[in-house]
Amino acid sequence: MSESSQNLPGTPLSEKDFQDGLILHSYDEMQARYAWDTGTAIGSYLAALKEGFLLGGRCSTCRRTVIPPRVVCEWCFRPMDEYVPLQDTGTVNTYSLCYVTWDVQRIREPEIPAVIEIDGASPLHGILHKLGEVDPQQVRIGMRVRAVWKEPAERQGAITDILYFKPIEEA
Amino acid sequence: MAMRKVAVVGAGMTRFVRRAQETARELTWQATHQALDSCGLTLDDVEAVCMGTAPDAFDGVHMKGEYLSDGAGAWRKPYMRSYVGGGTGVFVPIQGWYHVASGMFDVCLVVAEEKMSSFYPHAQAAFLTIFDHTTERPLKPNLLWIFALEMNRYMQTYGISKADIARVAVKNKRNAADHPSALLGDKNITVEDVLNSEVLAWPVNRLDVSPVTDGAVALVLAAEHVAQRITDKPVWIEGVGWSLDTAYWTNRDLAYPRYVEQAARMAYDMAGIREPRKEINIVEPYDPFDYKELHHLEGLLLADRGQAPQLLADGVTERTGNMPVCPSGGLLGVGNPIAAAGLMKIAELFWQLRGEAGARQVPGQPKRGLAQAWGDLMQVGTVVIMGR
Repeated sequence: MSESSQNLPGTPLSEKDFQDGLILHSYDEMQARYAWDTGTAIGSYLAALKEGFLLGGRCSTCRRTVIPPRVVCEWCFRPMDEYVPLQDTGTVNTYSLCYVTWDVQRIREPEIPAVIEIDGASPLHGILHKLGEVDPQQVRIGMRVRAVWKEPAERQGAITDILYFKPIEEA
Repeated sequence: MAMRKVAVVGAGMTRFVRRAQETARELTWQATHQALDSCGLTLDDVEAVCMGTAPDAFDGVHMKGEYLSDGAGAWRKPYMRSYVGGGTGVFVPIQGWYHVASGMFDVCLVVAEEKMSSFYPHAQAAFLTIFDHTTERPLKPNLLWIFALEMNRYMQTYGISKADIARVAVKNKRNAADHPSALLGDKNITVEDVLNSEVLAWPVNRLDVSPVTDGAVALVLAAEHVAQRITDKPVWIEGVGWSLDTAYWTNRDLAYPRYVEQAARMAYDMAGIREPRKEINIVEPYDPFDYKELHHLEGLLLADRGQAPQLLADGVTERTGNMPVCPSGGLLGVGNPIAAAGLMKIAELFWQLRGEAGARQVPGQPKRGLAQAWGDLMQVGTVVIMGR
């Protein structure tokens, strides 16, 4: 595999070839719509969010508390024993300052996705959410944060009932 | 359990390009045709076909494996498509291996293809449904998030800098300048170029990421008695391993890929390797992002945890170093047509171990190489060890 690239198949085109109509092509959009029921464990998790707290699951065999809760412990394959209410505070496990959207549009003020280890869950057990009310340059791994909730009347039983997590003011 | 020896006897690949004029099926045929030609076989000699290709969503074709099958030479043959996300390109040769090792077939084609360019506005969006539909997708995540989050955790855990990591992109893009199929080879790229490229999702800059790519790769696998009739230089598949971690990715250690270690241990055991750092001469770990090469070297037990950047700094992983890593140029340099990129790594080991890698040839007549890929929701590790 050392021959020159002239001999290799694979013909490069550019976006411009399409825009200028140099290449015959067809275009289509697909519609895909779904309604997902929540299941048992995530249903309980969402109901708890609506009430304003985070819900974990406990496996007494593995002695760990997970979030979100689930019906089966993937480690020991036994049913999870119980649901446990957790704090709405936690520690930033990792974060990113994201300057692009899902379709790679540029944005000026970064979004700050983070994995937040939730207080009361086992070490390294957290959820994906975003950080807010913070200078992006001040975010650190290990930072203590607290959930900022929607008003009770506006909550829908969704992960977005938490608007974001913000730093806890040092006492 | 008596398993037969299996050799790779032929390989072919297309150029890797940002956007190919050829359809997915045409690219598939080009690579397959080349692979058969390279070992003087025809489709009549092929008893089964294994195809690896990533999400149907890229092409907008449901059951894409079936759509591609004619290009892969699967007409009226036992045919099977596998898909384990980014891990596919190193899983599909494993699938081909057990087709032959089991005694079911003597000659099996292994084909991987990806055409990412058809998806609008950007292939990244085809991955969005990987996130949990109820607990994550309402946050409107994009795929870069998980890489940025994992990279940051890795950097923080071991005190690794962005410059340490950027050297991977530099090494691989320079290596790729010698690969005739490469999309992003660049002999003159520097660490500053990487660090000064646009920030996409800090700590990930544009040049930390491999590009959207179209391309295809194919291999011919044969049982021992057939391989020895076809070629003087068979390259044996000595060990395979694969392992899957939980999809609850926020409930595990992001600084260390335990599932890669498990896949590697399975492959080392099978190959009878006790001291991988001494016995593996070339490594082609999965490098869709530059930090992943380092992360994976540690998971493969080829570097201590947090110490892979030191190997890079010491020149160990250069093409002329003691343990060349991604001499092909990797996904960062050759390009990243998902499934085809993983199989490109297997093809590279094949050419390197036969001494046919041209300008990319690693010195010292390497005897054994390892290729690895990774994918799904940061949860699968696939490993193949090859030797001559």
